[in-house]
Amino acid sequence: MAEITYRQALHDALREEMTLDPSVILLGEEIGIFEGSYKITAGLLAEFGPERVRDTPIAEEGFVGAAVGAAMLGMRPVVEIMTINFSLLAIDQIVNHAAKIYGMFGGQTAVPMVIRTPGGGGQQLAATHSQNLEVWYAHVPGLKVVAPATPRDAKAMLTAAIRDDDPVIVLENLALYNTKGEVPDGEQVATIGRAQVIKPGTDITVVGYSRSAVIALDVAARFESEGVSVEVVDLASLRPLDRETICRSVSKTGRAVVLEDDWLTYGIGAEVAASIAEGAFDYLDAPVRRVAAAEIPLPYAKSLERIALPDADVLVRVINEVLDATRFTRGESR
Amino acid sequence: MPGRARGSVKRAAAAANPTAGEPPEVLIDYYRRMALIREFETRAGEMYTKAKIGGYCHLNLGEEATVVGLMAALRPTDYLFTNYRDHGYALCRGMEPGPVMAELFGRVDGVSGGRGGSMHLFDVKRRMLGGYGIVGGQLPPATGAALALTLQGEAGPDADAVMCQMGDGTTNIGAFHESLNLAAIWHLPIVYVVINNGLGMATTVEHAAGEPELYKRGCSYRIPGERADGNDVIAVREAATAMLQRARTERKPGLLETMSVRLRGHSVVDPARYRSREETAELRSRDPLPAFREQLIGAGVLDAEAAHAIDSAVERTVADAVAFADASPEPAPDELFSYAYATEVPNTPRAMPGDPVLPVGWDD
Amino acid sequence: MTDVLMPRLSDTMTEGSIGQWLKSENDEVRRGDVLAEIETDKAVMDLESYSDGVLQKILVPPGQVVPIGEPIAVIADAGADDGSPAAPSATAAAAAPAAPATAAAPTPAAPTLAASGAVPASGGSAGAAPEAVRLKASPVVRSLARTHDIDLSTVTGTGPGGRIIRVDVDRLIADSAASTKITEPVGTAGPVPAGPAATAGAVPVAAAQVGAVGDDDEQLPLSNIRRITARRLTEAFAVPQFYLTTLVDAGPLTDFRAQINAGLGADGVKISVTDLLIRACAVTLRAHPEVNSSFGEDSIIRHHRVHVGVAVALPDGLIVPVVRDPDRKSVSQISTEAKDLATRARDGRLKPDEFAGGTFTISNLGMFGIDNFTAVLNPPEAAILAVGATTEQTAVADGEIVVRKVMKLTLTVDHRVLDGATGATFLADLTSLLQNPLRIVV
Repeated sequence: MAEITYRQALHDALREEMTLDPSVILLGEEIGIFEGSYKITAGLLAEFGPERVRDTPIAEEGFVGAAVGAAMLGMRPVVEIMTINFSLLAIDQIVNHAAKIYGMFGGQTAVPMVIRTPGGGGQQLAATHSQNLEVWYAHVPGLKVVAPATPRDAKAMLTAAIRDDDPVIVLENLALYNTKGEVPDGEQVATIGRAQVIKPGTDITVVGYSRSAVIALDVAARFESEGVSVEVVDLASLRPLDRETICRSVSKTGRAVVLEDDWLTYGIGAEVAASIAEGAFDYLDAPVRRVAAAEIPLPYAKSLERIALPDADVLVRVINEVLDATRFTRGESR
Repeated sequence: MPGRARGSVKRAAAAANPTAGEPPEVLIDYYRRMALIREFETRAGEMYTKAKIGGYCHLNLGEEATVVGLMAALRPTDYLFTNYRDHGYALCRGMEPGPVMAELFGRVDGVSGGRGGSMHLFDVKRRMLGGYGIVGGQLPPATGAALALTLQGEAGPDADAVMCQMGDGTTNIGAFHESLNLAAIWHLPIVYVVINNGLGMATTVEHAAGEPELYKRGCSYRIPGERADGNDVIAVREAATAMLQRARTERKPGLLETMSVRLRGHSVVDPARYRSREETAELRSRDPLPAFREQLIGAGVLDAEAAHAIDSAVERTVADAVAFADASPEPAPDELFSYAYATEVPNTPRAMPGDPVLPVGWDD
Repeated sequence: MTDVLMPRLSDTMTEGSIGQWLKSENDEVRRGDVLAEIETDKAVMDLESYSDGVLQKILVPPGQVVPIGEPIAVIADAGADDGSPAAPSATAAAAAPAAPATAAAPTPAAPTLAASGAVPASGGSAGAAPEAVRLKASPVVRSLARTHDIDLSTVTGTGPGGRIIRVDVDRLIADSAASTKITEPVGTAGPVPAGPAATAGAVPVAAAQVGAVGDDDEQLPLSNIRRITARRLTEAFAVPQFYLTTLVDAGPLTDFRAQINAGLGADGVKISVTDLLIRACAVTLRAHPEVNSSFGEDSIIRHHRVHVGVAVALPDGLIVPVVRDPDRKSVSQISTEAKDLATRARDGRLKPDEFAGGTFTISNLGMFGIDNFTAVLNPPEAAILAVGATTEQTAVADGEIVVRKVMKLTLTVDHRVLDGATGATFLADLTSLLQNPLRIVV
């Protein structure tokens, strides 16, 4: 067990899978000589050579589509899209091709490819470079979308994604790259499609994923000392979505808040809230609340950027509102 | 000669007798294939009007010589990606007419079990890696397939190659340029073929392309281009073969433009009113099929009786295909989620419209 | 060490605030000493100490609203000073007096994390709760109600907008397990308390109805009384009701009152029109038991005694002290009682049972020069009488135009209990009585 960064965990997963499986290749802008915009691929060009660590021109549609075709011929390409904002340039290849080829051709060929891409705002990158577009992809059947929150999950989920025979989008987050955590030694392969209760609790369920799961965990710890037992559900997989784990948690707590980095309307939280409303209706003691980003192209100015994004303080406030709406008695967990 | 495209329309060696030197059985086989496509497409159009075929349906009518010529150049081990006008290519790759027609009918015996339809014919065994419905969508995956070939084998005369077919309108889309660029810088064994029938739906090439001599559009990427007479099956085959050869041995991509006519509208529902009667009549006079038949009869390869026998045989083949498709059942409802994922994972959605998000009693 | 807890001082009280502390920290206190004045939803009450010792720590400053059962001060044993803070919330809550079935569990104030944007939980009432529009209960509550066979219409909702939330039924379930009756009987045995008809279907105050605070506005915190008044009236307004108005020839009544007061001399307590109205209503109610009724959800409760409430305006709310059995009392007795009740109501000194249990209410705005108005029902009572000012009006009598004194009465009636004709008959008899005032007193 070593404590490493989320960045290192991703790097390790790539390196280990490339070592194990020669069909794993990397494609992306500046992943080779530059070693990646966020240095995930540092050292891999030197180790595996330019055939397998391939710097691409700035042509997202081209190289994402090329990964689709290479995957159809049995390669396992792992594409890095520098940020999720640029994935829009490749969306035809992701949505109309990667997601469709297996089913539309009657299962004759799989598309075992991975798209790694970070989302998230908060770095003063302004409106076009700060988006959380995961729901665009989580909406599409045929894709799998995972969103690891911790270094441990980052490694296990990327490993699982590479070994999976379907196109998997691994949602990373700029704010998480430098976070540290324990990662077990040896091979760890996550199960895609399962949410996880990363902190058990009895009084209120907070649902998050990626960065928001980390915030939720932190907030849960703060509430613990106040006599409120918060259960944190990390979605981990946005598609498939593990509704049962969510609803099972709410069936225990009767209260739910979703923390999401994306925009409120039609967001991940909307899906989670709807799932709870339907699946765990009889357990709810208060409406499900969502904490999401303000719906505005994110301004550059720090003062505006800060208030537009959901954070721990807002989550605390909303949790309190839900507790108060149910006249929750602190320190007296059911 | 990198950077320079050849300017002339390439015809078969001896203009007077383009079939000279070809073994008769090869020529007869080409005729048979062209006749099969003609018959298949004619009947497909008919089946569309009978509502046996749904959705969009694009026919290769008028492109028979091009299709047969291109497919004759391709080895069974090569990979083919096409656009949605894909029936003739599928047949020439060896896909059985019955399952192809059944796919058009949306039946379980279709080549993809009825999941793809007319625009998405696919047969992994025959390395027909798909008709693609999105204009330009097939180019990046075809390019990636060529990339995979470079990682899976060495260049050489026996190496595999990829052919990527498209229409003239596709040369205007970003994916075309991104793909050609990747193929050039990565030295990929791929031949891009532009079927120039003069019209993208109703928009003329001149109206849509800054460089209407489309084979020259590879210039930016130093991809050699060539133009062939799409009505000349041998010329098309020769041009494609040469480009594939370069792709196999030198890992050099090529851009082939074939000139042909679209005898009908863009798809079966297009009456092509943008063409005058005179124009249509003129196009009919350039129909490659009767021309090739006359040519073969003139060359003594075929006589009228033999040609008629071939025509009758393909009629029966296609009639059988229609009967096969008609007899094939529609996919059963419980097959809906059969190909949700290649790797099964927990919580894969299986809900039908109106189903609860969790099964009743999940919390018991 | 003893925690002093926010006491429960009325049937409807779920929270209260400190009016003022009458002892200071480090004061010696004896059992029975008044420690503080507690402002409940209805009145200001004295909080007496239950123990001897030293008021070591005041935990809740004046004005702060806290739920019942919450520690508000700590009394140390005489001589002891360990300096330790108040007991933790859990202990405090456990030490809180057991609330009756329909009261919410005590909620200790939120610790620091709860500081932002807490939704104050407002108090609710037990008793015969009339169904207003629809019952609001959280899904889990509905589910529990089905499982445990709880009649939610008898449960007080203490969540936002009166929603019945889990804590409201958890107590019932616990009681049920102890084979206690779950649903409260709907006051057949006695007067129905006039507490807020909280539970069933309190009318939600939609966000759109809530005012926004602008730059030119000042935000005033709701007093307990204002809060309860607002909620009760909102609930009452949702009851299907109709209004009957009549014009009373007030000349005889005015003359009669003048006669009585003239006979009292300088020291006598002057009889008011309201006093006469109380008696008149009581007498008429006695003759119309169908009006002397309440809505009891599945039944109509007919009261065998008549208790008439009189609305009294307070600086920041409304309270209805009740004159008991005025049909059996003299007008002067009624007058004395009513004045005393009104005075103490304005001082916030009413005892809980003095503003509960009415069967009919009179609201008189005549002294403000209001000619005519309609009053909002005071559930669960079936009717309320709005009394306007006595004014002069021209009328035609025997072919001649005359000036006469008139008074407008408007009866607001709970249509679930009474129909128009019944209400009209009652009002006609009342009018007749007022126009022949001698009959009021005999």
